Amino acid sequence: MASTEIARQAGEGARAVPLAGHVGFDSMPDQLVNKSVNHGFCFNILCVGETGLGKSTLMDTLFNTKFEGEPTQHNQPGVTLKSNTYELQESNVRLKLTVVNTVGFGDQINKEDSYKSIVEFIDAQFEAYLQEELKIKRTLHSYHDTRIHACLYFIAPTGHSLKSLDLVTMKKLDSKVNIIPIIAKSDAISKSELAKFKIKITSELVSNGVQIYQFPTDDESVAEINSTMNSHLPFAVVGSTEEVKIGNKMVKARQYPWGTVQVENENHCDFVKLREMLIRVNMEDLREQTHTRHYELYRRCKLEEMGFKDTDPDSKPFSLQETYEAKRNEFMGELQKKEEEMRQMFVQRVKEKEAELKEAEKELHEKFDRLKKLHQDEKKKLEEKKKTLDDELNMFKQKKTAAELLQNQAQQAGGSTTLKRDKERKNNPWLCTE
Amino acid sequence: MANTPRSRVNLLSKAISGTHSSTGGSTLLGYIGIDTIIEQMRKKTMKTGFDFNIMVVGHSGLGKSTLVNTLFKSQVSRRSAGWARDEKIPKTVEIKSVSHVIEEGGVKMKLTLVDTPGFGDQINNDNCWEPISKFINEQYEKFLKEEVNITRKKRIPDTRVHCCLYFISPTGHSLRQLDIEFMKRLSHSVNIIPIIAKADTMTTEERQEFKQRVRKELEMSGIEFYPQKEFDDDMEDKSDNDKIREAMPFAVVGSDKEYQVNGKRVLGRKTAWGVVEVENPNHCEFAQLRDFLIRSHLQDLKEVTHNIHYETYRAKRLNENGGLHPISSSDTQESNL
Repeated sequence: MASTEIARQAGEGARAVPLAGHVGFDSMPDQLVNKSVNHGFCFNILCVGETGLGKSTLMDTLFNTKFEGEPTQHNQPGVTLKSNTYELQESNVRLKLTVVNTVGFGDQINKEDSYKSIVEFIDAQFEAYLQEELKIKRTLHSYHDTRIHACLYFIAPTGHSLKSLDLVTMKKLDSKVNIIPIIAKSDAISKSELAKFKIKITSELVSNGVQIYQFPTDDESVAEINSTMNSHLPFAVVGSTEEVKIGNKMVKARQYPWGTVQVENENHCDFVKLREMLIRVNMEDLREQTHTRHYELYRRCKLEEMGFKDTDPDSKPFSLQETYEAKRNEFMGELQKKEEEMRQMFVQRVKEKEAELKEAEKELHEKFDRLKKLHQDEKKKLEEKKKTLDDELNMFKQKKTAAELLQNQAQQAGGSTTLKRDKERKNNPWLCTE
Repeated sequence: MANTPRSRVNLLSKAISGTHSSTGGSTLLGYIGIDTIIEQMRKKTMKTGFDFNIMVVGHSGLGKSTLVNTLFKSQVSRRSAGWARDEKIPKTVEIKSVSHVIEEGGVKMKLTLVDTPGFGDQINNDNCWEPISKFINEQYEKFLKEEVNITRKKRIPDTRVHCCLYFISPTGHSLRQLDIEFMKRLSHSVNIIPIIAKADTMTTEERQEFKQRVRKELEMSGIEFYPQKEFDDDMEDKSDNDKIREAMPFAVVGSDKEYQVNGKRVLGRKTAWGVVEVENPNHCEFAQLRDFLIRSHLQDLKEVTHNIHYETYRAKRLNENGGLHPISSSDTQESNL
């Protein structure tokens, strides 16, 4: 057996002791596996590639099922990621499969920022896991892990070399996720061109320092097959969900006027190799790498960014809590200062407003006083006028009574002849005494 | 080894074609190979090996060391069958931990035995559970510190106590005050499995009565021993565990000597009136304990320790210090202010 960690520890003070009979703890792996099976597994694949390279079709072919969705248009303004989760079951194994597709990748005129949304998405999944891990009351055991375990990078079958967009994107992603590059729609390339294409791609990846996922070769049971597969990267695949009758069975294939490309024929394409590596041999290793390498790297960077350190300048181990406390106090201080500032500003505003209102009130009072005075003046004038009118009226009344008295006297003294004259005089005095 | 998954593929593809999946609206046609993850997982765990930490508590002379040796069929514990002449009974409870690596069927296990000599041996046994409680919490603390580091080890060494076997003296009457106090205080931080030691001093009827009384007392004192009712996952678990809980505490006899009985060599204790066979279910419940502890619930003991006891300790610890929730600029409302 390859030297295991336990054997190493045996040298560190734990003796190996022989057993005198069957104890039964060799059922431990079974117990562990049973528990995991009850719990279910999850696996998350990210498909990165330009629109029209057959990403959705390949997923359908890999998992022998028709996932929902229709082909996307080519006029997306930016790159978005769409993720769908499916529950698959085979014998007693339940798998929660999440397939994330990049929508609109490579469609824009300016592709400088295409990789950003992908990197953000992957980081967001790590962040969510990190947040859960740092909670006080956490439920890591039942947490639905959304971290991307494998990234299938679809390379367009140009036959020449990698596009610069591909290189840039893969370079940005290689430290965050396990990249498995595949040549899509590889039935467009002939066999000889394919070999040259693969060599070109591999050399370009190496010269640009892109770290793609290497199938593990430390476990002797799979070392052989994994190392041969490593030499076949990138896999040239063809996807198809249609079935064609070849001989006497129905196989998945693409039918052309000049022949049929069988998906599961190893001479025609590397689909079987991809399926073998991705699912049947290394699924667990992909998950483990994501957790122990990529996630740990993210976590370390994130925590260091926030100012946490493991050891202080005196190289005494810094407790995470102490640093946290210090940061927290700092932050609280800042918050308080801000609060004070805001309070001050508020008080000031209130004062200003009060002053304004007082001004307005004063003005109103003044106006009121003025109007009142005006009103009184008017009133006085009117009263005077009234008085004069009253005087005139009285005078007139007096004159009227005097005139009537005279008339009566004249009537008694004169006779009827003077009646006319009196009438006239009656009228006249009216006219005369205007 | 690489061929095994494929041959299973052929066998299973006939059985599986046309399997329907649950939610998600997709139907599987043909074999994919998802279930090979079981094999992958099994291989991975066999490569890394396991560790298991077991603690034995009980006052001296109850056969703790012998029982552990019998359980693991090897000399994992130095037998202190009699104090050596110049070895004194410790004044306080000591914690002694010894590790061994045992291998069976390709599975390597690092077994750590934590012994607690001096427990319950003094005249005044006040607070003799404290060193034990402190030790258990120290292991949690060690694990927490490792987990909280920026650069973490790939596999954090696990020294947390997964299981504590508590030995009850076979008085035939009831539990001692010390027993109740200890179990009450520690049942929330570690998995406690109470055992009736030296069960060959009781007849079968006495044993049954004693067990009933002990169980009732445990219930009345609110002691949740392993397997705890509240952590039963589903109905199947519950019914399995109910059966076990009904039969606990197991009355056991330990021995590492073999005798000839009916033509077979069996582990047993030879007395003037016969041989007490350790693995005979009519004589004592050792076999039941072994099956329960090792063959079916070993992994579960570790999981309960990790997912529940450790998490409880961690939450309590972090609450004391105001929380470990990281502050980000968008987080001002949520952090524990």
